[in-house]
Amino acid sequence: MSDRISVAKTYKLYVGGKFPRSESGRVYPVTDSKGKFLANAAHASRKDVRDAVVAARKAFPGWSAATAYNRGQVLYRVAEVLEGRRDQFIAEVSASEGLAAKKAESLVDAAIDRWVWYAGWTDKIASVLGSANPVAGPYFSFTVPEPTGVVGILAPQASSLLGLVEVLAPVLATGSTAVVVSSAERPLPAITLSEVLATSDVPGGVANILTGHASELGPWLASHGDVNALDPTGAAPDDRPGLAREAANTVKRVLTVPAAEPDWTAAPDLTRLRRYLEAKTVWHPLGV
Amino acid sequence: MPVFEYAPAPESRAIANLKDHYKPFINGEFVDGSGEPLKTINPATEEVLAEVGTASKSDVDTAVKAARKAFSSWSRLPGTERAKYLFRIARLIQERSRELAVLESLDNGKPIKESRDSDIPTAAAHFFYHAGWADKLDYAGYGPNPKPLGVAGQIIPWNFPLLMLAWKIAPALATGNTVVLKPAETTPLTALVFAEICQQAELPPGVVNILPGAGDIGASIVDHGDIDKIAFTGSTEVGKAIQRQVAGTPKKLTLELGGKAANIVFEDAPLDQAIEGIVNGIFFNQGHVCCAGSRLLVQESIAEEVLEKLRYRVSTLRVGDPLDKNTDVGAINSAEQLAKIQGLVESGDAEGAQRWTSPCPVPDRGFFFAPTVFANVHQSMRIAREEIFGPVLSVLTFRTPDEAVTKANNTPYGLSAGIWTEKGSRILWMANQLRAGVVWANTFNRFDPTAPFGGYQESGFGREGGRTGLEAYLNV
Repeated sequence: MSDRISVAKTYKLYVGGKFPRSESGRVYPVTDSKGKFLANAAHASRKDVRDAVVAARKAFPGWSAATAYNRGQVLYRVAEVLEGRRDQFIAEVSASEGLAAKKAESLVDAAIDRWVWYAGWTDKIASVLGSANPVAGPYFSFTVPEPTGVVGILAPQASSLLGLVEVLAPVLATGSTAVVVSSAERPLPAITLSEVLATSDVPGGVANILTGHASELGPWLASHGDVNALDPTGAAPDDRPGLAREAANTVKRVLTVPAAEPDWTAAPDLTRLRRYLEAKTVWHPLGV
Repeated sequence: MPVFEYAPAPESRAIANLKDHYKPFINGEFVDGSGEPLKTINPATEEVLAEVGTASKSDVDTAVKAARKAFSSWSRLPGTERAKYLFRIARLIQERSRELAVLESLDNGKPIKESRDSDIPTAAAHFFYHAGWADKLDYAGYGPNPKPLGVAGQIIPWNFPLLMLAWKIAPALATGNTVVLKPAETTPLTALVFAEICQQAELPPGVVNILPGAGDIGASIVDHGDIDKIAFTGSTEVGKAIQRQVAGTPKKLTLELGGKAANIVFEDAPLDQAIEGIVNGIFFNQGHVCCAGSRLLVQESIAEEVLEKLRYRVSTLRVGDPLDKNTDVGAINSAEQLAKIQGLVESGDAEGAQRWTSPCPVPDRGFFFAPTVFANVHQSMRIAREEIFGPVLSVLTFRTPDEAVTKANNTPYGLSAGIWTEKGSRILWMANQLRAGVVWANTFNRFDPTAPFGGYQESGFGREGGRTGLEAYLNV
């Protein structure tokens, strides 16, 4: 037995680029897949959700106005920093999800590659989804995709890192900002991802990650007047209709998600990018 | 300045081929609906135009069954064949365009020059445009061989009865869906003539079903368990109710809801053009336009001049018989809508805005409302926040472009916006900043099937028109 006692870490939320404790002062125990205590995680409250939405809204003008080139660089930087902490993520994913190191390794690698994939989309999505409209008249008319705003995300409960990346990266790639509730039972990779985001040139407030329970925090996100879209992936299927009804009061965009968590290792496509985009059509007369 | 008077120039209402009785259209045939018949009136005279059979809940069920049955063959029809049906429909609308225009003006109250020159030609254009997509869906950008959703339930408003029908039905059919559509209670007639056009085009039975009725029939369409997609255009309030109703079901939903568009005029704007644009922006279709430029934001330095020119121009608008070719502003669609407009205008008075109403003569029968402009409007007033959906303009001022953007975006809506300035770089900057689905610069109220239309925020989600619009009817 070694004489050295390891430095135990206190886990916190990630809001507005900072790492606050929950306003509620609550924590909850996190265990590995076999029930062994790993850490206490911050147990986010309604007030934390509201603070996170405020931070996300504040960050939106800057992030949405950043050049697509810049956003691509930042997303790629996330992949770089993630790669640097690959071993830590493998250990945490392995402990959280109860996977052999080999399997956890392939999931972490896929998560890193997913950031790279989305990084490359930032400056292409407008030319793929936008259009010059050949209207029947003397007008120049074009349509460009624009970010929808603040997106509330209930992250997948099972896939602690790859699933989280797959729900968060497309939001950031399109220029929206996010408030994420991580997997409740497997939050450690999300907390470590917060640290990666904080050191990857992602402006504070662009991504906010709360550890806590989707069943408790979901309704506050769904009913919040300043949240523009909701991804209910991590909500229990029974809770989703209620969340969707709440979301309807402010005409939120609500993602249609499959009943069971999808296979996140499947090749990504444009679906999630498209969901967070509005189309803006601009008209101007032609003449001399 | 001499005042020119115009002799009456009425269009013949005989062209409308108005019938005494119209029936729901289910499975390719006109059938007796089991709902309570409704009487549709001419809002310009309050006379009954026709009796219209309505659907009941059981008729909704019959129509959905017919649409489901038709879906299996319609969706498998080669795109090229589907396209030919849509081209036929486009041509038939063009051939019967004057009849449809007169009927639309009779039933809705809109000026004949608008139904004739805008509504009906654009409706035909939507079928023509979407016909071409039917056999090219592989190129729409949603991957190879995108699939239709199934049966689409569609609920449309009374402000552009045939045009909204075209916006809904053309993309649905092009992508291989079948439809059950409910026209608005007060304007069902052109939809039922469209049903005749479907028969003339030999469209297979069940592909298009049209069920007149009130909100309860709309609700039973939204509720129906065998409908795969709901498309709704109408008020934000009803849109929210529909979104709640659909919540938790696998139905795909698109909403085109209300708006409170900012029409922003800078001091360097081409003023005469801007005045025309402001007038067109709010008085087109009596202001019954969800994307109407109902909040005029004028740069403070030119506010007095703009108001003066605007009042003069608005006083020349002719309010009256919708069938008169010289009429600029027709009838308000219903007594209910007129009361809503009056209520909001009274709130403007009560809250201290400065009202100016055009001194134009207004008919003493029918539902009319003289064009009205409110000055000294503040952002907190109801007339600056709520959709009035009538010929009422609220004028606010700003000093800097940033202030204009802030005021323009200070609304839960986000359907459209207008910008008037000679400075190109400012137009593009403003267009970037405005949270709205359509931005018109130095023009207003332009529509085209190739240009996607739809809103941000509480103006709804989804787009209609263009490649983007196809997504609403594809399983992607």
